[in-house]
Amino acid sequence: MSVTLVIDQAEKQFDVFRALRGVSFTVEPGELMALLGPSGSGKTTLLRAIAGLEQLDHGRVLFDDVDTRQLSLRDRRIGFVFQSYALFKTMNVFENIAFGLRARPPARRPAEAEIKRRVGDLLELVQLAGLEKRFPAQLSGGQRQRVALARALAIEPRVLLLDEPFGALDAKVRKDLRSWLRDLHGRTGHTTVFVTHDQEEALELADRVAILNLGAIEQIGSPDAVYDQPESAFVCEFLGETNKLPVHIAGGQAFFENMPVFRSSGQNHSGPASLYVRPQHIKLVDNGPLSLQGVVAHIRRNGAIRRLEVAVKGYARRLELDLASAVAPAIGERVSMKITAGHIF
Amino acid sequence: MSDASARLPKYAIRYADRMREGFAVRALLILFALAFLAVFLFLPLMSIFAEAFKRGGDAYLAAFDDPHAMAAIRLTLIVAAIAVPFNVITGIAAAWAIAKFDFKGKNLLTSLIDLPFSVSPVIAGLIYVLLFGAQGYFGAWLKAHNVEIIFAVPGIVLATVFVTFPFVARELIPHLQALGKDDEEAALTLGASGWRTFFTITLPNVKWSLLYGVLLCNARAMGEFGAVSVVSGRIRGLTTTIPTQIEILYNEYNGVAAFALASLLAALALVTLVLKTFLEWRYADAIAASRHS
Repeated sequence: MSVTLVIDQAEKQFDVFRALRGVSFTVEPGELMALLGPSGSGKTTLLRAIAGLEQLDHGRVLFDDVDTRQLSLRDRRIGFVFQSYALFKTMNVFENIAFGLRARPPARRPAEAEIKRRVGDLLELVQLAGLEKRFPAQLSGGQRQRVALARALAIEPRVLLLDEPFGALDAKVRKDLRSWLRDLHGRTGHTTVFVTHDQEEALELADRVAILNLGAIEQIGSPDAVYDQPESAFVCEFLGETNKLPVHIAGGQAFFENMPVFRSSGQNHSGPASLYVRPQHIKLVDNGPLSLQGVVAHIRRNGAIRRLEVAVKGYARRLELDLASAVAPAIGERVSMKITAGHIF
Repeated sequence: MSDASARLPKYAIRYADRMREGFAVRALLILFALAFLAVFLFLPLMSIFAEAFKRGGDAYLAAFDDPHAMAAIRLTLIVAAIAVPFNVITGIAAAWAIAKFDFKGKNLLTSLIDLPFSVSPVIAGLIYVLLFGAQGYFGAWLKAHNVEIIFAVPGIVLATVFVTFPFVARELIPHLQALGKDDEEAALTLGASGWRTFFTITLPNVKWSLLYGVLLCNARAMGEFGAVSVVSGRIRGLTTTIPTQIEILYNEYNGVAAFALASLLAALALVTLVLKTFLEWRYADAIAASRHS
């Protein structure tokens, strides 16, 4: 049932705005892929282009080996879940889910009993059995989302596309639905692409994450790969929290304020650059080689960890680091810090 | 009320008191509003029925026994039966195009739909006389082909269609625009054809707006005077509608007959109003749901 989805050199322009600039990637059968990016990065345009709701100016979208430009919307068999869910207000839950089956041409339309059975199975699957007579207005946000999903699954889609699936939900429901969706995907195994601007969601849910910026792909890879080995300054800044230190590279070392602070392997070029360091990659140390001096300015509680803000000479903002030990320095105390990992761009 | 204020903190009550005007001011404002309603709405309406029944029920009924009156009623119904469905179909098409698609000249089309509202109905009638009348641009050609438009039923229908065109479209456009395209796109991705999408998704979503539009369009179609008066030539028993017949009767000092016919139009207005109110009351939930959620 699941297909390989290939996007090949997708280009799209709205008036003067280039929404997509030559995007190419492949989604393997049964894979769960996240399109992650800030607003205006082209991720929703790309999703709509895969669905056929938007025409590409150049490039192709392939389902296995079939060019989708030859297919009508009906023949594409896309399960699309809209950000607004777009449930049909004048129909109850049952009719919403049955819509795709009833819309088939008479020759391929299932009998009424079969429709009933299929909708019943889907309601079971999305855990909404018993609510088939309700109207969308009588459902909670999370329930509406699941009806939208059941309706999309009813047409036995070749590809499942979700636009900001959790965008309209409150934080608690989001978390529950996230793991639920992961489970559901495990069971149904559809080739799935979802759009999100929430990196936590993308990293937790997806097999692979494609990070978009200004209509082009910055990086594509597993959540671990994009988080631990960012390939560009944009990915570094966009994913997770990071300190950005202005440094000078010479002889494989990064100099900050003319002091060596970080040894970078495989960094051959010299000159000014930016050193990106995550808060968990700065340690408090006794004075030593490659250490950085500063004064503790503020300590914040950040969930399970404590976050130190350290004023460092030559750095306009404050250096942020996560405290590893239970003992915290006092505010105003001088500290030495060592950078354990970082990325230079 | 006393329950609610008992639970409110003291400063809130003081604030509420300050927000309320004194009794005298309130009474004065309410009285003024009521007086206005009485003079401008209630009295005229009552006077129609009072005049119509001035010589008793028999005289009232006799007014409808007149073949010319019956012809006028029949013609009004025929014109409405053609103009209203026509404007429903074209109004839906225009609203659909404007609300759901982007194309060149969209703003121009939107203004054109409003044109009949801004043009005096008399001018609208004169335009058709100018086009299709005996001395008009197409007059000679029409005469040669034996087609009668001006001073005949087709002219009345044309003028009525023109004057009542905006009602349905105007009612639908903002509603369709507010609904967006998501529902239709969802239906299309689920494999529905364009027609199926339109009839099962779009139309049910806007059915209450459509019904309002139809009611208003119908009331105006039956009540239109200016444009019809110009194009019909007011040939008694042939091209008079209820409003033009009323004017003829009134000018002949036949007050009872004029007001008897007028009472029909007034009743139509009242029925329209009651129907609209009833629908709003009966289907308040459905209307609210289709408008906001």
